[in-house]
This record gives sequence, structure tokens and C-alpha cells, in this order.
Amino acid sequence: MSDVSLVVNGRKVSGSVEDRTLLVHFLRENLGLTGTHVGCDTSQCGACVVHVDGKAVKSCTILAVQASGSEVVTIEGLANGAELHPVQAAFKEHHGLQCGFCTPGMIMSATDMIRRHPEGLDEATVRAELEGNICRCTGYHNIVKAVLAASKTMSKSKGKAKAA
Amino acid sequence: MGIEGIGARVARKEDRRFITGAGRYVDDMVVPGMKHAAFVRSPHAHAEIKKIDVKKAKAMPGVIDVLLGKELKTDGIGNLICGWMIHSKDGTPMKMGAWSPLAVDRVRYVGDAVAIVVAETKSQARDAAEAVEITYKELKSVTEAVDALKKGAPQIHPEADGNLIYDWEIGDAKATDAAIAKAAHVTKMHIVNNRLVPNAMEPRAALGHYDKAEDHYTCWTTSQNPHVARLVMSAFYNVAPENKLRVIAPDVGGGFGSKIYIYPEEIVCLWASKKTGVPVKWVADRTESFLTDAHGRDHVTEVQMAFDKDNKITALKVDTIANFGAYMSLFSSAVPTYLYATLLSGQYVIPAIHANVRAVYTNTAPVDAYRGAGRPEATYLLERTVETAARELGVSPADLRRKNFITTFPYQTPVIMCYDAGDYAASLDAAMKAADYAGFAKRKAAAAKKGKLRGIGMSNYIEACGIAPSAAVGSLGAGVGLWESAEVRVNGVGTIEVLTGSHSHGQGHETTFAQLVADRFGVPIDSVSIVHGDTDKVQMGMGTYGSRSGAVGMSAIVKALDKVEKKAKKIAAHLMEADEGDIVIENGVAKVAGTDKNVPWFQVALAAYTAHNLPAGMEPGLKEGAFYDPSNFTFPAGCYICEVEVDPETGVTEIVQFVAADDFGNIINPMIVEGQVHGGIAQGVGQALLEGASYDGASGQLVTASYMDYAMPRADDLPSFQVSTSNTPCPSNPLGIKGCGEAGAIGSPPAVMNAITDAIGNNDLTMPATPQKVWAAVRAAKKH
Repeated sequence: MSDVSLVVNGRKVSGSVEDRTLLVHFLRENLGLTGTHVGCDTSQCGACVVHVDGKAVKSCTILAVQASGSEVVTIEGLANGAELHPVQAAFKEHHGLQCGFCTPGMIMSATDMIRRHPEGLDEATVRAELEGNICRCTGYHNIVKAVLAASKTMSKSKGKAKAA
Repeated sequence: MGIEGIGARVARKEDRRFITGAGRYVDDMVVPGMKHAAFVRSPHAHAEIKKIDVKKAKAMPGVIDVLLGKELKTDGIGNLICGWMIHSKDGTPMKMGAWSPLAVDRVRYVGDAVAIVVAETKSQARDAAEAVEITYKELKSVTEAVDALKKGAPQIHPEADGNLIYDWEIGDAKATDAAIAKAAHVTKMHIVNNRLVPNAMEPRAALGHYDKAEDHYTCWTTSQNPHVARLVMSAFYNVAPENKLRVIAPDVGGGFGSKIYIYPEEIVCLWASKKTGVPVKWVADRTESFLTDAHGRDHVTEVQMAFDKDNKITALKVDTIANFGAYMSLFSSAVPTYLYATLLSGQYVIPAIHANVRAVYTNTAPVDAYRGAGRPEATYLLERTVETAARELGVSPADLRRKNFITTFPYQTPVIMCYDAGDYAASLDAAMKAADYAGFAKRKAAAAKKGKLRGIGMSNYIEACGIAPSAAVGSLGAGVGLWESAEVRVNGVGTIEVLTGSHSHGQGHETTFAQLVADRFGVPIDSVSIVHGDTDKVQMGMGTYGSRSGAVGMSAIVKALDKVEKKAKKIAAHLMEADEGDIVIENGVAKVAGTDKNVPWFQVALAAYTAHNLPAGMEPGLKEGAFYDPSNFTFPAGCYICEVEVDPETGVTEIVQFVAADDFGNIINPMIVEGQVHGGIAQGVGQALLEGASYDGASGQLVTASYMDYAMPRADDLPSFQVSTSNTPCPSNPLGIKGCGEAGAIGSPPAVMNAITDAIGNNDLTMPATPQKVWAAVRAAKKH
């Protein structure tokens, strides 16, 4: 057993876990943060993507102990209270989800992608960078639309913030 | 329609919980005292179980119990069954082999469940599962249906001699043969429809909880039809009587057919909960899903299509062998018969049709309905054959189709179905225009300059949805009726709950069903809640599959709304001292037509529940239920056009444009309909280009059992799609809806394959058209 302590969605948390416990299982089972999903066993599907120290990470690829000392944001921590994050809002507006199972991972990956591309995104880039997130419902059409729309909204609001 | 009524592009009500991580799937459920299960599964495709030793496993840390099939039998739990009786052409009933939820003396495919381990944690359960020692005597196995029919093939079930489950036919063999004999041209093809794994992103899961105090079971399960699960587990598997069994399908992460069926795991978890005295949860990992979820398709077909000298189709002859896997799954028998062969007329006038279908056991995962179920197989063989015929006859594929279209309705096909409405030329025209079909030659020439081979292909599909008239399917062998139920409860202050037997696992029912109510009474959709997926809340239902929830599920809601409206009008008329016939309800108000007299909706509801001032003799309350049994199937149809560029050096196919023109009848929410088409096309393109379940013939091992090996379509494998709809309303249901859930998966594979074979000039290509196969086909074409 190992002790882990980290900050999750702005809250300090700690626990004692079996050494082999993956971060995703620590989040789901120890913290009850069930928005992060497990859709495969081979780190392919991306349903478990969270942010670790500001970067998108498949939480099934790292052990909970490896994340000890890190700051983790999960889908539950993305919105600002009742106000949705622009990526969340865009997924709703553009029907970027159906069954909702891949959605948390998609949104966390998309948020990271937009952050990494302050210059803006085009369809080919979004499609290439979503390669690590599998969706079986939407055919990706509306997910791509939502990510592009969110990227625009976020660069506009950034521009406004700068101008101010 | 109003801003939230029928036809409005309303954003989904259910989205908020999913985008904030608040969705609740089976794996998210926690029950006090809950423990975890792992299944011990056969590593062999075919073997006798000689001995099972659980001593070591039982002594492992955290292990509560290890349970076996023998104990399950002793407790009277029944075998799994197929619920649709098919008779062979000689009149004998299908030959169903026994499927024990836990194998007792023989395993028949890799993944067959043998034992369940219950432990404190999931990891402990898995560790102990590995410590269960089973001695097997391996037997020869067979994975291909064609091989399983050969003499000397291993016998899989004693009940099915030569592995043949049934040998079934439909249509007129004599007339078909006669027409072929005197045809001006006959196109012959060997068609393989590849085996697919549905791959809903949420793996299957079950949580069984036996409550000793109440002698009552609760099962949370990833189901598309919790009521059917309860019925089957009670009536056939002897788990518990219906009044002692509650089945809950909460948020379910996609189904595509694979979550219709009742699998061994939910039965065993319920039984194990009683045996061990603790709630038992099992969640499949992805490899378990690949191994044990019901697969789809897997047909091998010989087809002949006959033409007269005017290029009119005169006959179609089909001989299909369908792989059923190791056991007959719940609806497996219906898929290659009544969901397949009854659609073999396609959109065409074909005077004579005959189809023969042989269903066969193999040592592979059970095969059942997967998005489209039978209709993609029918469409693929027809549309590949028509396109091939056009090439052989030297005519345009569009013209050949147009010449043979059915244009008058109702149209009785020679294979049971009676099409009620459609305009196939309208969809063809719309698709050709959207795809700029006329400009293709120029684009092809431009591509050639870049060294690319450009091709275009089309597919004109028809499907039968809105399943189904209960008496009709009953006469064809179905063990259940396929109606739907609904209850509309107006609360005392006018908010509304709609209870439905349909189940949403991505389809957006919480929004579209609420739109029906908003449309009827002019109340905001936020005041309407849709309740589904729980047998304790909703009395009965048949669930969601076969694109039936709009045409059948919503029609039941309409019937219940009719009754509610009638009573509400009576109450409003009484309150305003007006004539019932003069009352209209709109914009949340009941008013006397042509006057300014009105009563707000909430006051009508309140009056119903205070019951202080109701018409004489009227019962208090405002709540009505209805069952709707469709009078016919519905017939969505459309035209898909795919344009590809193939790189002859690498064999890589790029889809450069994909156009869908569908006729779904009336539409409740176009945004959701478009989403269904997108998703369907992605699965169809997946089948055509990427996906294929592959068993090693010698060992019977599934070699595509993870996302490392099975090519799921990713975002960069697909283009954006151009979708549009036209509308010939369905005459057989009150909303004029046809259904849209499966069209994309049905119509797209032949369009893709027609495009690639057009590009490379070689028609000898099977799905999935991987770069390797396409590259080889390009080279083969060059040699000729």
C-alpha cells in the first residue's frame, strides 16, 4: 500500500492505495469522481482523460502514486460553478455528444488541444489531435464542430481580456 | 411547432449531466456492502471441462466465494434462449443448443463463462479468477460458417446435426429460376459481409442485489430494454418472479443492438448475490466485451440478379450462410431471415425473388442484431450487385436504378413487406445534386494529375423500421409483441412526467419526447420530465432498437396525450362554462376558441386534483396511459453517395466527400436526426474500410480483441458529412415518423465499396477495404 496526496479540482485529497492502483480508479473509487470513465484496457479510447498539472493525460496510463503531489482537474472540476466551460457549452450547442460516455474525455482533450493552439484550429488539426479519443455515437462530425466553435469563442474572449 | 415543439432544433436537456461528469452509468452505482465479481472464462474455442478446482482461488485474499455452473443448475436457473422461432423449409423447428449461463461440461468459444469469483475488490476478484484451476480436454474447433457445414467439421451442439440451425427460404424459387433462365443478362456475385464488434463505448456491466428482508432482487444493467430483461429473466431463466425483480437501466453508454440481449453475466450476478448475501457488481473490461458481446453481420452469400433486354430487373436469387457463433443469442434467428430477406426487393420492382438462408453454429462469440440488423446485409448485396450490373451493362448506375425504382405505393414486394410510401427518385436527385455528380469526371481528371485514383459510388437503401405489428411478428415466430407503452402524468400544478417503455442510450429521448408534449400543450420542455429505464417506475415496455422509439414509442405517447387532452378540455370547458368542442389548448393555456376566455394550463391541472369543481361523474386526477401497436413497419429510404481518392502506391483510401439524402418521414428534432445519421455513417464506413472481427482459424482465438487490434473509426479516418432529408410522411403512425437510427449504417457500406472499386477498376474487393487489400487489388487490376 502507498499513500498518495494530491489536489483534485482545487481540493486537497489523500488516501492509501494498493501500489497497482491507477489514477482513474483512485478518482472513481476513492474520491467518487465517476465522471472520468474507463472504456478500454489499452489506453486507446480516451474516456479517462483528465488534466494533470495542466496537461491532458489518460488517467489509465499512470498510477495514482505517480500523480501524488500533482494538481488534477477532472470533468467535474471544469465548469466555473453553474457556468459551463466554453468547451462544455459548445458540445451542448453543437450536439457533440449522444450517449455521453466518451464525452468527459473528449471535453478534457479538446480543452487541452485549444490551450496548445493559441493560433487557432482547423478541421484537419482537430481530427488529427482527437486521434486518442474514440466515440462510437457521433461519427465525430459534431464533436469537430464543437471544438472548432469553442476554440473561436475562447480566442475571442482572450482577445477581449487583452484589449481590456 | 413553437420554439420547442415538433420540428424544432432544440439543444438536449440531458446534456448537462453528461458534459459535467454527472451521468450515472452502471459502473458508477454503489450499493452498501457491494462486492466485485470476475468471470473465469474459457481460453479454448472448444473443449470438454474435465475438472474444476477452486480450492486455491477460495483461499486468496478478499475472496468471498467462487461459484460454478453445477450449483447454478441445482438452483434451477435456466438456459439462455433465442426468442424467435424459425422453421426450416422442411417444416422442422430451428435446432437450438443448450446455453448454460455458466458452462458445466463443455465450452464452445473463447470467452465462454465457466465460473464467477466474488471478492472484496475488483483486483482481488481478478487475481482469484486466475487461480481457479480448470482441466480442459481440447476439441477441434471451427470459426467459419462455411467450414462448419462441411463434412467432418466438429459437432458443436448435439441438438444441431452438422451445425445447421435452420435451412430457411422465402419467395418463389421456381419463378426466380425461370426468370434467370430466360434473362438477357445475369449479374453474379460472391458477397461477404464481414463480422463486426458493436463496441458501445461503455462496456457491459451488471450489479445484482438480493434483498433478503423483502425477498426481492434488483439488477442495474447496461440494457436497451430493461423490461424485456425482466420478462426473460423471470419467464425463462427462473431468476425470480417478475414482481420480485426490478431491472434498472440507468444512463447507458451506447448500445447499437449489443445491449438488447440478456447475457449470462446479469443472470449470474443476481444469483450470486443471493448465494453470497452481498450485492455483486461486474463490469466488463474491453477485451471481455470483444470476446463476449454479441457480434454483428458475418454472412457469405451467392447472388444472381437477372435483367431483361431493357435492363429491367426480372429476378433475384440469393443463397446465404449466416454465422451464429457458439450459441443462439436472444433475437439471432430473426436477423438473417425476417430482418434481411424481407428487404431483398430494395427500392426496386423485382417480380421474382428467392432467398435461401442457412444458419450455422461455429466456435465464435454469439452473433445477433447490430445497428441495422439484416438490413445492412440486404442493402450491401443488392447495391453492390446493382452497381456491378450497371458496369457490366455499360449504363449509368443512377439510370439503372432509376429505371427499376418502385414508384407507386402501396407496393407489395414478393418477400412479405408492403411499402407504404416513398419517393426514391427524390432522394437520388437530391444526393446527386449535393454531390455534384455531374462534375465528377473533372474531379477524377484532376485527381489523376496528382497520381490519385478517384472513384464515386452510390447506394440506394430501404429498411423496415418501427418494429413491429405484434400479430404480424407473432405469426412469423416472435416470442414477444413489439408494441410500446406510455403514461402521461400531469401533476397538480401542471408539470408533466412522461413514462415510456423506450430506453434512451444516446438517442436524446429526454428532449424529443418532451418536444411532443411542448407541441401539444405549449408548455416549456423544462416542465416535462421523461422517465424511463426502470421497471418499478414504468410498468412495461419493449425498449429501444430497430429505429422504433420514434415511430412506436412516441406514438404511444401521442395516444396517451390524446386522452389527457380530452379530459383537460372537459375540465376547462366546465371551468369556463363553455362547450368542450370549443376548447383549444395552446401556449400553456386552455381557451375558448374565438374569445378571450381562458384558463392557464396549471389551473386545469389543479382543478383535476383539487376536484372541487369537476364535471359531474368525472374521476379526479389527470393521468393517462396507452399502449400503441403499430399497424405496419415503416420504410425509411434514401440515397448515399461516396467519393474517394485512392493512393495507388499505398492503397490508402481517403473519403473526399460523403453525401446522405434520407427520407425519414416527419422529424421531431432535425439536430438529433442529423446526429443519428452521422453516427450511422461512421459505423458503416468503419465496416467498409476498417473494422473486422478476426478469429484465428486453427486455434479459434479472437485476434482482434482490443483497440490495438480492432480498427475503430477515429476522427481522422472520417470526413464531415453532407446530410439532408426529404419527407414522405409515414401513413401508418400518428406522427408520420419512419425512424432514423440505423439508416447511416445500412446505406453507407455499399456506397464506399462501389466508390473504391470504381476508383481502382477492380470489383474483386472485400470489406474491410484496408490499404493492404486495396493496394493488392490495384496491382491485380494493372496485370489484367
